[in-house]
This record gives sequence, structure tokens and C-alpha cells, in this order.
Amino acid sequence: MIAETGLIALWIAAAFAALQACLGLAVLKAGGEDLMRAVRPVAIAQAVMTATAFGALLLVFYRTDLSVKLVVDDSATTLPTLYRITGAWGNHEGSMLMWVTILALAGAAVALFERRLPERTLAATIAAQGVIALGFFAFLLFSSNPFARVYDVPAEGNGFNPLLQDPGLAFHPPTLYVGYVGLSVAFSFAVGALLTRDVGPAFARAMRPWVLGAWMFLTLGITAGSYWAYYELGWGGWWFWDPTENASLMPWLAATALLHSVTVLATRDGLRAWTVMLAVVAFSMSMVGTFLVRSGVLTSVHAFALDPRRGAFILVLLALYIGGALALFGARIATVSEGNRFEPVSREGALVVNNLLLSVILAIVLIGTLYPLFTEAMGTKVSVGPPYFNATAGPIALILVAVMAAGPVMRWRRDQIVAVGKRIAIPAVLVIVALAVALWWAPGLHILPLLGLALAAGTAAASVAPLWKRNLRRTPLFTWGMVVAHFGVAVSLAGMASESAFTQETLVAARPGEMVRVGPYAVRFAAIEPVAGENYTAVQATLVATRGTATPITLRPAQRTFDNPPQQTSESAIATRPDGQLYTVVGEPVPGGRWQLRLWWKPFVTLIWLGGTLIAIGGALSLIGRSLPRRRKAEEQSGFARFR
Amino acid sequence: MSLRTIRILLWLPLAAFLIVLALVAAGLIRPHDNSVRSQMIGKPLPAFSLPSTRPGQPPLTSASFADGKVRLINIFGSWCIPCAEEMPQLQTLKQSGAVIEGIASRDRPADSLGFLRRYGDPYDRIGDDSQSALQIAIGSSGVPETYVIDGKGLIRLQHIGPIGPQDIGDILAAIRDAQG
Repeated sequence: MIAETGLIALWIAAAFAALQACLGLAVLKAGGEDLMRAVRPVAIAQAVMTATAFGALLLVFYRTDLSVKLVVDDSATTLPTLYRITGAWGNHEGSMLMWVTILALAGAAVALFERRLPERTLAATIAAQGVIALGFFAFLLFSSNPFARVYDVPAEGNGFNPLLQDPGLAFHPPTLYVGYVGLSVAFSFAVGALLTRDVGPAFARAMRPWVLGAWMFLTLGITAGSYWAYYELGWGGWWFWDPTENASLMPWLAATALLHSVTVLATRDGLRAWTVMLAVVAFSMSMVGTFLVRSGVLTSVHAFALDPRRGAFILVLLALYIGGALALFGARIATVSEGNRFEPVSREGALVVNNLLLSVILAIVLIGTLYPLFTEAMGTKVSVGPPYFNATAGPIALILVAVMAAGPVMRWRRDQIVAVGKRIAIPAVLVIVALAVALWWAPGLHILPLLGLALAAGTAAASVAPLWKRNLRRTPLFTWGMVVAHFGVAVSLAGMASESAFTQETLVAARPGEMVRVGPYAVRFAAIEPVAGENYTAVQATLVATRGTATPITLRPAQRTFDNPPQQTSESAIATRPDGQLYTVVGEPVPGGRWQLRLWWKPFVTLIWLGGTLIAIGGALSLIGRSLPRRRKAEEQSGFARFR
Repeated sequence: MSLRTIRILLWLPLAAFLIVLALVAAGLIRPHDNSVRSQMIGKPLPAFSLPSTRPGQPPLTSASFADGKVRLINIFGSWCIPCAEEMPQLQTLKQSGAVIEGIASRDRPADSLGFLRRYGDPYDRIGDDSQSALQIAIGSSGVPETYVIDGKGLIRLQHIGPIGPQDIGDILAAIRDAQG
């Protein structure tokens, strides 16, 4: 019965979404207090029904109800409780249901709390949310029903992909989806504003918290996903430019650009068309990303449902939504009056450069991701790997970081080059000093890591410059947010540069008892023995790593063998020290009683994710600061907010 | 820029999106090919000489492939379950006249021979590739894998994974092509 309840709730939710779209459009067309009052409860009812459906799915997974096909395919009674629940979204249908649940909840939140938008724009926005949800309900009900039953109830399910059996990955999709869906709200705002030709600072201020929130969750999701891939896949890298990774990076790049342009629109009433465009692009990128990893069009290391029919369905949705929004953009944006002008040397100018650079990186990633598809259409099969992305996106990202360092010390509207130069003198000197130190310390350094290290030092200094000579206690929270986020970028950049410049790798076939060296460590291969886990067996190595006179560290990397479904995973063992990580993997047995061991010493690699977390924290601080209404209005109107 | 040009430029995003859409739709409609292609296709076999797994037989060498006869090379291991699964298909290919040379990858001769006693032996000769040196040289990423080698010793086809009943036609066609 639970599964049927879920399915019925899903149908009712779809009906409410349709009603929501119609009511919203009616308000847009005719206006009307009464109609508008009806829109809000409908949006809330849609969210309640969708959440009920998702709750039903969680329940059938928690109980491992093997009469539901999805549970049979993706779960088993032998799973630990955490994965019996998270298994609900560790598959195609369940993750789509979670997607639409978050969408519906976000729509209800807009209907409930949004007070800054004019009525007609709000109605159009809510209608757009209804239309988006309707498409996804249709997708679930007609092509990906999560509640389908099986009539020969098996004794046991097929189990859950062992790679996903990790706390990090259990919570990675929800985080990312909140980000994607937050961008859908920005998209609906943009569509609403285009429909009513009402693109102004009020619109930007209403949209900004959604963009900030979405961006913060995307940042967290990407950071967590990167760390998961790093420790779980056991290949020792943290970013592979895999289509699935790019699928979350592309909306993040667009959202980052949007976040900055929406600030220009909110505070200075500039960049109107551009902001609307970015709002459309950002959500388009999350839909394109969803499509790319769900349809099997691109080959990815992440195994997802490969089903062209479902792909075709999402593609049609994509065509309708994105195509529709871009057509609306083309037709309407010229009638939106132009915003304020500004001088090239100004805060706005720096933000425009930032936006352009982000867009270029986005284009590079998009082209690189789609290029294999293009050449396959031409008849040759290629894959575009890290060398392309690193060589093209890397240098531009470095320029972007440099602009990021300079932007916050510039004034709105107009500034003097000489004055800006004085303000960034200290960071600039730091860059040069860091460059000199790096060249002296490690002369053979590759150019990108070298510049990365130097820039990271300068950017770290420049990002705290806005706090210089300020009363720290009276500094607004959103300024703190910006400082923390920009500082996080510097920290991350330092981690990336250090990892790519100084990583040391040792690959050996060793017998128990042998000594292996990697970086500053001497690692003794002490033992290898079988161990049993909750739903797997494993071969576990014991490694004892010593460095100078410090206490030896014991690491236990393992090869796990799951029997349901049959799969092997390699569990790396990582020792984290203040100056880096010792990363160890045990591989296959080699004839002669030896085992493959892979050891890496990665100096300061943890800074990558520490930086990512700081960026997200910065976003959270800004979001809180922007939600607190006091004092903001005065500052935004006066134009004297020097460092913001 | 005139107002007119700007108006046209505003439609550029839609145009770009439609191009991407067409591309992706084409990718979706075309039958999808997920296999990893070896860079070795169309190239001669790398030089190798492997001791025979069967005691008392001459080694398997690359030189012996350029004698005008089309052959299959099948890489297998006694430890590999899909390899056992494809054995009936190899037998069918053999009955259809294909000459199959085996490469025992990362295996002990005794284990390989035990495997063939159990599942049948379709091989003309078997090379013992205990360090998987040939496997790496030939661009193979796992077992089982099957290659069609033409009479000049050129690699003509790479089949990744076990040969299923549905693949037999393709492989026989590739053998005919290689002869033609």
C-alpha cells in the first residue's frame, strides 16, 4: 500500500503543479487579488504531496519492500541501515523523485516567503515553477516510475552499488540537488521578470538569496564529491574532468558569474540583460548536466542508468524549457530598459571581467565535454581528458583569480587606476616574493603550479584587504562572507598547485616485510590478511609509516569484495598530517607472493577541500547577512559602501 | 553597433543552444558505442615471443602471424569467469573454421591447462603471458579480449569483453574482411 500511496500522491502533486501553472498565468494575464491568494496554497499542496511521495519511497527502501522493482534493483536486506535509506536516491528513479521534491519545496517557499517581487512577476515566477515541475512529474509518471511493482517477489534484492556505500556519497546528491533546484528558482525568476518586463534592482534582490543558497550548496556538493572521488576511487587524483564532474562544475561556474552580476544589478542597477541571461544559463547547465549523466550519451566513470528513451524524454524537456526561455530572452530583453552605466575601471568593470572569464571557462568545459559527441557524429571516437582542460581552463582560471583579488578593493561606478594600484601593492609584492621563493626552492617547477602558488599567496592577502582599517565588529556579515569565500579560493588554489607540483608517487610489487619509500616516509609492508565486514569480505594490508622520529602511523588499505552485486572496491587508507597526506592503496596480488602497493605523498592536498569548505561558509555568511534587513538599504542607496 | 545588430545578437544564445541540442539528439539516436578502441588497430602486432603453455610445444611468436592466414588471438585467464562464459562461442568459431591462438594472461600453466580441461580447448597454440606483457603491448585493458589478425600480421578488430552468441556473426564477418 505504501508504494501505491506514493504513486497516488505523485499524480495529485502533478495535478497541483498544472493548476499552479494555470493560476499563475491567469494572474499574469488578468491580475487579481483572489487568484493570487489561491496560488500560494496550491504551491504548498503540491510540495506536501510530492514530499509524501518521497516519504513513501524512503519508507519502502527502509523496509526493503522487495515487491517494489526499484528496491529489488538497488537494495538488499543485508545492507547497513544508512545505505538502505540512502539507496532510495542512489538510483535513477529515486534521484529524480528527490529532485522534484526539492523543486516543489523550493516552489512552496517562494510562494510562502517571497515579498519583494511585484505581484504579477511573482505570479509568473510561480507559474514557471509549476511548468518545470510538471515536466518532471510527467517524466516520473510516464517513463521512470519509482513505485513500479514486481509480481514475483524475490527473496533478496540485487544489492546496492558498493562504490556508493559511503557516507560521503550518501549525502552528496541531496546537497548538489538543492543547488541545482535553487538555480531553477533563479530561472523561474528570470522567466517571470521577462514575462512582465520587470528587470530591476528589486528583482535582483529577490533573486539573490536563491542564487547565494544554490551556489553555496553546489560548492559544498562539488567539494564533497571531489573528496569522495579522491579517497573512494583509489586512483590518487582529486579531479578528473569526467563528464559527471563537469556536469556539476558547469552550473557552478554559471552560478558564480550570476552571483556577481546579480550583485551589480541589486546595488547599481547595471547588467540587466546579462543577469537574466546568466540565470537562464545557470539552470540550463544543471539540466544539461542532469541529462548528460542520466542519458548515457557520454561515457563516464560514474555508472548511471543508460537508457536512450529516458534520455530522449529529458532532451525534450530541455528543448522546451531552455529553448523557450532563450526564445523569450531574444524576444523580450531588448524591450527591458538599459540599466546604469559605469566606467571600465570600477567595481562593476572588474565584475564584468570576472563574468566574462567565468563564461569563457564555462564554454571551454562545455565544448570539451561535448566534443567527443561531436567527433563521434563525424565518425571518429576521441576522448577529451585532463590535458585539454588543464591547458585551456587553467591559465584563464589563474587570470580570474587575479581579477578576483583586485575587484573587492575597487570602488563602485568609477575608480582611479593609480589608487587601485596602491591598494593592491602589498598583495602584488607578495606574489613576486612568493614567485622568487618558489623558484629558489623548487627550480624545476612547471609554469601553472608555479603561478598558482604565487597567486595564491597574493590573493590570500588581497582577499582580506577589504577588512583593512575597518571596525571588524561593525563590518557587515556579507562583507565577511565575501572575504571568507575569496580567501577560500586562495586556499584551494594553494592546495591544487601544491598537489600538482610536489606529489610523489611510488608503485611497487612488495612482499610482506619489505620497506618502501615515498616522500618523507619509510613505509613497512607489515602484513596482509583477510577481514570480514558487514556485507563484504576484504584483503587488508597493514602498513607502518615512519618519518624521522615521529610516532609511526599504521595504515590499513584494503580491497573489498562485495557479493551482492559482485564487485571489488579498493579502500584507500589516508594519513592526514598538517603538511599533507600519505595516501596508500593495496592492489592485486602479483605472482611470487607479492602485492601491488601504490603510495602517494601529497603535500598540502587537504587545502583543496578546506578552501572549498571556506568558499561555502563564505556563501552562508553572505546569505545570512543579506537576509538580515537592517542597515542594508541605506548603504545600497548611498553608494558609499566602499569595500563591499 | 546598430540596434538591429544587437537585436539579432540577442538570438545567438538560442541558436547556440539549438546546435548543442541537435548534436546531443544525434548522439542519442545513433547506436551507442561505449567500447574503448585500441590504438593498435590497423597496426602490426608488436614483436613478442611467449613460451607455450602446453609442455613440449614451440613458443608463440609474432613472426608466425604474417603467413597469409587470418587468425584470432584470444586473451584469457583461468581466474576469469567471463572467459569461461565465452568458451562455447569460441568453440562455435572454431567449428566455423577460425584459427584461434590463446594468450594465457597472468596465469600459471597448470591452472590454464586445468581451465581448458574443464571448459574445452579451442586453441591452436597457447602463449604463456604470465606478466601480461603482451596484453599491455597490444592495448588490451582486460580479459577476455579477442583480436582478429590478418594474413600480414595487422590487427584488424578488437573485441572487448566476452564474446556472446550475438557477436559471432560480427567476428566471422571481420575474418572474411581480413581475408578479402
